[in-house]
Amino acid sequence: MSQLVFIAFQDNDNARYLVDAIAEDNPEAEVQHQPAMIRIQAEKRLVINRETMEEKLGRDWDVQEMLIDVISIGGNVDEDDDHFILQWN
Amino acid sequence: MPVKNKKLNLKDKYQYLTRDMAWEPSYQKKEDIFPNESFEGIKITDWSQWEDPFRLTMDAYWKYQAEKEKKLYAIFDAFAQNNGHQNISDARYVNALKLFLTGVSPLEHAAFQGYARVGRDFSGAGARVACQMQAIDELRHSQTQQHAMSHYNKHFNGLHDAAHMHDRVWFLSVPKSFFDDARTAGPFEFLTAISFSFEYVLTNLLFVPFMSGAAYNGDMATVTFGFSAQSDEARHMTLGLEVIKFILEQHEDNVPIVQRWIDKWFWRGFRLLSLVGMMMDYMLPNRVMSWAEAWEVYYEQNGGALFKDLERYGIRPPKYQDVANDAKNHVSHQAWATFYQYGHATNFHTWMPEKDELDWLSQKYPETFDKYYRPRFEYWAKEHAEGRRFYNNTLPQLCQVCQIPTIFTEKDDPTVLSHRQIVHEGERYHFCSDGCCDIFKDEPEKYVQAWLPVHQIYQGNCEGGDVETVVSKYYHINIGEDNFEYIGSPDHKRWLSIKGKQSDDKESGSSQDAA
Amino acid sequence: MSVNALYDYKFEPRDKVENFHGMQLLYVYWPHHLMYCSPFAFLVAPDMTFGAMIEEVLKPAVSAHPDAAKADFLGATWQLNGESFIPDANATLKDSGIDHKSMLTVTTKGLDGIAGTAS
Repeated sequence: MSQLVFIAFQDNDNARYLVDAIAEDNPEAEVQHQPAMIRIQAEKRLVINRETMEEKLGRDWDVQEMLIDVISIGGNVDEDDDHFILQWN
Repeated sequence: MPVKNKKLNLKDKYQYLTRDMAWEPSYQKKEDIFPNESFEGIKITDWSQWEDPFRLTMDAYWKYQAEKEKKLYAIFDAFAQNNGHQNISDARYVNALKLFLTGVSPLEHAAFQGYARVGRDFSGAGARVACQMQAIDELRHSQTQQHAMSHYNKHFNGLHDAAHMHDRVWFLSVPKSFFDDARTAGPFEFLTAISFSFEYVLTNLLFVPFMSGAAYNGDMATVTFGFSAQSDEARHMTLGLEVIKFILEQHEDNVPIVQRWIDKWFWRGFRLLSLVGMMMDYMLPNRVMSWAEAWEVYYEQNGGALFKDLERYGIRPPKYQDVANDAKNHVSHQAWATFYQYGHATNFHTWMPEKDELDWLSQKYPETFDKYYRPRFEYWAKEHAEGRRFYNNTLPQLCQVCQIPTIFTEKDDPTVLSHRQIVHEGERYHFCSDGCCDIFKDEPEKYVQAWLPVHQIYQGNCEGGDVETVVSKYYHINIGEDNFEYIGSPDHKRWLSIKGKQSDDKESGSSQDAA
Repeated sequence: MSVNALYDYKFEPRDKVENFHGMQLLYVYWPHHLMYCSPFAFLVAPDMTFGAMIEEVLKPAVSAHPDAAKADFLGATWQLNGESFIPDANATLKDSGIDHKSMLTVTTKGLDGIAGTAS
C-alpha cells in the first residue's frame, strides 16, 4: 500500500515560495491546487530546507515561519533549525 | 550560507522551557500533586521522552500567533467594510455557517477548557506546555469564529443565540455530548480522544475541504478563520501523533487501553462528522469535492498511512472502520433527509437540491444516490411544489451514545436501519449501530445518564410539551424566521433583494406551518 | 466492563419510567419507509389499547406517506423488541407486554416505500 505524507498551505504569496522550494527539493512530490489552498503529497517523505527557502526568498528564513501559512500535515514531523521533514517510517 | 549561531537553536530553547524550568517536588509527593495521572491504568516510566517535534517555545508562539491574528482581522475588516456577504455564491450557503457557529465553535471553547484542565494533570512539563499552548489556541478559534460570523449575524437569521442553542437544541446535543464525554474522561483518554482521534484522524475533513469550499463560495471571512485555525491544528495534529507514540512507547500495558480508546473515539468522531458530510454535499452551492471523495483522501488514504505507521506498536486500524468506509456513500444523504424533515426545529433552513445539484449527487454517488435517495428527494420536491412541504411531526428515536436519531443503515443492506437494542440493569437502551452499542457496553454507567433531548421534552423538562413551544421558548429559535424551508424564508427574500430580484410569493414555504 | 474512575461511579438512569409522569416511551419502526428517517418516539399511556395506539398514534404519524392509506397495520407482521408478536387490538399496551422504551417493528408486506426504494 502506498503511504503518502502531505502538507497543505494557504494559497498566498508566502506559500508560493514554499511550494517552489518543496518542488525543487522533492522532485517526486505531487502539487495539487484547490480553492484557496495548495496541497502537496509524496510517498513516505517530504522535506522543506531552510537553505532552499532562503535562496528563493533572498533573505534569512526561520523554519518556524512555515507555521503561519500551513493548513494541515500528515506524517511524523521532524523539525530543526535547517529543515522541516514529514515522514512515515 | 553561514551557519546561524547567534542564538540558541530550537532544540536548546525547547529543552530550557520544558525541562530546565520544571522541578522535582521536595516536600509534597508527586502523586498528591498530580492525582489524576494514574487511575486510567496508563503507565508512564519516563516523562523526559516527551518531545514536541515543532519545539515551539513561548517567544516563538506569541510571535507567530500575533502575526496570524493580524492577518486574520485585516481580512475580517475588509470583508465587513466591503459587504462581503453580498458576494457569496448563494444565501443557502449561510445555513452551513449557522450550523458551524452553534455546533462547532462551542466545541472550540470546550476544547480550550479541556486542555486547560488536562494540562494541570500531567507531571511531565513538556506535556503541560503543549496543553497550555493548545488551550490558548482553542480559545482563539472560538473567538475568531464568533467574530467572523458576527458580520453574517447582521444580515441573516439563525445566528443570534449560538451558546444558548448549543446547550439545548436537540441536534446540538450531538456535538455537545461528544465533547462532554471526552472532558469527563481521564487526561490520557482526553488526549487520545481529542488530540489523536479527533484532531489527527478526523478534523482535516472539517477544516480542509469544507473551508476550501467556503472559499469557492465567496466566503473570504470563513475560509480565513478556518485556515488560520487549521494552521494551529497542524501543530495539534503533530502533538496528537506524538502523544500516541509517547504513550505506546512508555509501556506495553498501555497498548490495549489506547486501542480501546482509538476504537471508541474514531467511531464517535465518525458519527459526529455526519453533520460535516451533509454540509459539504448539500450546503455548499459551489461544490469542491463530495463527502465520499473527502473521506477517501483524508481518512482512507491519510488514515491508512497513519495506521500502517502505528502497526509497529501493536495498534490496528479502528474497529468498524469497514462500516465507516462503506457509509461514506450514505451518511450525507441520510443526515440531510433528517434535517429536512425536522426543519421546523432547526436554527437554519433546509431545502431540496435543484435539478443540477441532484445530477451532481447522482454522478458523485453512482452506487447509492439514484437507488436509495433521489426518488425520496424528488417526491419531497413534488410535494413541496404542490403546497405540501414535508415535515415529520413525530419526534425521532435517538441513539443513547451519539444522540443522533437512529437514521443509519446496515452496511450490507441500505434499506434497513442498523438499530441495536440491549437491556442493562432492567432498562432498555437503543443505539444507531454496533459501534455505539459497544461504547455503551464498555461504560454503561456513563451513558445511562445521557441527556437525550427527545426524552427530556417528553419528561416535561423543556418548557413545554409541544414542539412549537420547545423550539421558541426553550431553544430560542425564532419561528418563521430561523426555521422552516429556505424557499420563501426571510433570508431567501433578503437575498433576492440584495441580488435585485423579486421574490416569488407562490413559492413561499415559510407560511406553511409544521402541523 | 465499567467506568474507570477515582470514586464509586454510579448514577441513576435518566430515563426511568417514573420520570415520565405515568406515561411511557414507545418506539415504532416501519421498515422500508425511510422517508421517516428513524423509528418514531411516542409518549403513550400504558393503559391505551393497541388498537387505539394504531388509530390515534401511529396513523397520524405516517399519514404523509403515500403508502399509509394502503397499509393494513393491524393485519401486518409485528415484532416487539425483536421477537415475533401477535397484536390484540383490544388489549392495553401494558397487558400486551409493551413496557417502557419498547420498540415495535411493523412490516407491511408489499409496501416498499416511494418508487419501491424503501423510502
